[in-house]
Amino acid sequence: MIRRRAFDVAVEHHGGYLIQACSSADILATLYVELMQLGPGADNLVPPRFNGTPGTGVPEHWGGVYNGPDQPTYDRFILSPSHYATAVYAALIETGRLSSDALTDYNADGTTLEMIGAEHSPGIEVTGGSLGQALSVGVGRAMWRKRAGHTGKIWVLISDGETQEGQTWEALQAAAAFGLDNLRVLIDVNGWQVDGPMESVMPVGCLRDKAAAFGCDAVEVDGHDPAAICAAVLSADRGKPLVIACITDPTTGFPALKERDDAQTHFVRFRPGEAEEYRRSSPLLVGVGR
Amino acid sequence: MTVTEFVERPFAKALVDYAGRNERVVCVTNDLTKSVEADLFRETFPDRYFSLGMAEQNLAGVLSGLAREGLEPVYPSFSVFATRRPYEQILLNIAYPNLPVRLIGFLPGITTPGGVTHQANDDVALMRGMPNMTVLSLADATDVETLTGVLAEIDGPVFCRSPRGNVPRLFDDPLRFGHARRLSSGSDLTVISSGATTEHSIRACAAIGDAGISVSHLNVSTLKPFTDELVIETLANGAPVITAENHLRSGGLGTAVAELIADHGLGARLHRVGIRDTFTHGGRPEYLFAHYEIDDVAIVNAANELLGSSVQFESTVAGGPRRTTLAASVNEGL
Repeated sequence: MIRRRAFDVAVEHHGGYLIQACSSADILATLYVELMQLGPGADNLVPPRFNGTPGTGVPEHWGGVYNGPDQPTYDRFILSPSHYATAVYAALIETGRLSSDALTDYNADGTTLEMIGAEHSPGIEVTGGSLGQALSVGVGRAMWRKRAGHTGKIWVLISDGETQEGQTWEALQAAAAFGLDNLRVLIDVNGWQVDGPMESVMPVGCLRDKAAAFGCDAVEVDGHDPAAICAAVLSADRGKPLVIACITDPTTGFPALKERDDAQTHFVRFRPGEAEEYRRSSPLLVGVGR
Repeated sequence: MTVTEFVERPFAKALVDYAGRNERVVCVTNDLTKSVEADLFRETFPDRYFSLGMAEQNLAGVLSGLAREGLEPVYPSFSVFATRRPYEQILLNIAYPNLPVRLIGFLPGITTPGGVTHQANDDVALMRGMPNMTVLSLADATDVETLTGVLAEIDGPVFCRSPRGNVPRLFDDPLRFGHARRLSSGSDLTVISSGATTEHSIRACAAIGDAGISVSHLNVSTLKPFTDELVIETLANGAPVITAENHLRSGGLGTAVAELIADHGLGARLHRVGIRDTFTHGGRPEYLFAHYEIDDVAIVNAANELLGSSVQFESTVAGGPRRTTLAASVNEGL
């Protein structure tokens, strides 16, 4: 359903971040349904209109409330690549944390459901659209929670492309130095970035091995297998940050994505009639009339 | 004003033409090759193209190394990633040694729906504060097409804000380094605009002129050094001045004009149209220009405030009518 909602958004709004939803849908579903201990979501399932950025004197909204109250006993979820916001909005809808028609307001003037989310957007806790930075914020939160003895864990979803930014490695270095076993980092290893396959733009090598070399408990799993993701969490080492490299296929659900040009995959904009082809060939939409 | 001609991706062709004339030109990108119109360069000169991935601090050092090899590296990116993110690496490795590196900043200010992480509302302020750095701001397709003629004149580093994609043509004459364009002459009011606000200013000045107010309108493309005699002469007539920029009110064109007025003891009253001291959020640029009051309506409102006039003007650019003299309700109404 996360993929279907992202597809509908891409069709209705003349473009969208579809492959990000296709690669991360099972990771997000596993996090929201199985793994994260989140408190009740926001009272208002209809997201508020944009009301100013932090510090402007108006009561600004914090998207984190859709992931539950910010209390030490509850987990927090930090999405690093805010380009995945559509998938998070869809996950919130599917878990009853956001109204089912919220996406009709997607990217409209004055909405908080922006294309690239900011921390006023539902489910977005850190403004992560400049990539490779939010993991450090997760490290900071986990450091204090560990020192203060708070039980809530910190979950961070990052993308493989972001590991090109050196700050990612500074963050993991610190996480290992502080023994942050309350920090769980999931990497969506979908192998794509704006210019095309990461192998052709800037290869990053084996992220499990690199994270392990930085002192993390690092495992590699099939990112479309919720049981495997859960098992990796259950068997995590004590005393180390956990890094799960989730190997994913960004065309999952919409095999027609394989036919696109490299440079038109990061942000999918359909040509006339193309969306119909996607519908016909998608196993997600068999028998679904529109 | 109605723009009658648009040019599709003028930077792509201008860069390739420049590299054809100058074999020292190389191009480096941070995973935005097509988005910053460098794909044609990659196809045409694959041996002079480098993909560095999303790693801008390293990339800035690499630009320095390439320049020290005698090359003229061009780094087209989104303006936030050409200024803010690798700031110290640019300052110490490019500006300090005064190397001929060309930083091209697309999506300046609030011309992007990408929200705070993608909106370079401070890029001019950051780069004006860097010794040795030349700062340019392009307003139309002719500017983009003729930029490289100006680059060829400048030995040191350049930061240039530029429009991309389908770019309107406003001017016939080529970009000139250190020289503003005079778009109209008048004695009651001076409007100085730059970049994307110039198109808005042209519409606003037409409305103001129609009301019988005589307006001087200058478009500034060289923001640093800012020593243009034409600007100084125009300011010297003592008429009230409006600056208009797609940037924070602090540190950009408005600040540069204020400094010029003070330095020359000109005493003209100044109204800076720009983004107030706030971060911005994502949305269509038309909506954002109205919401943050840097559009044609905001410029006419500024004129009314400075002159005590009541010029009426209605903009439909934001997707719905937006009228003058409603400034107080604008924040609520949009």
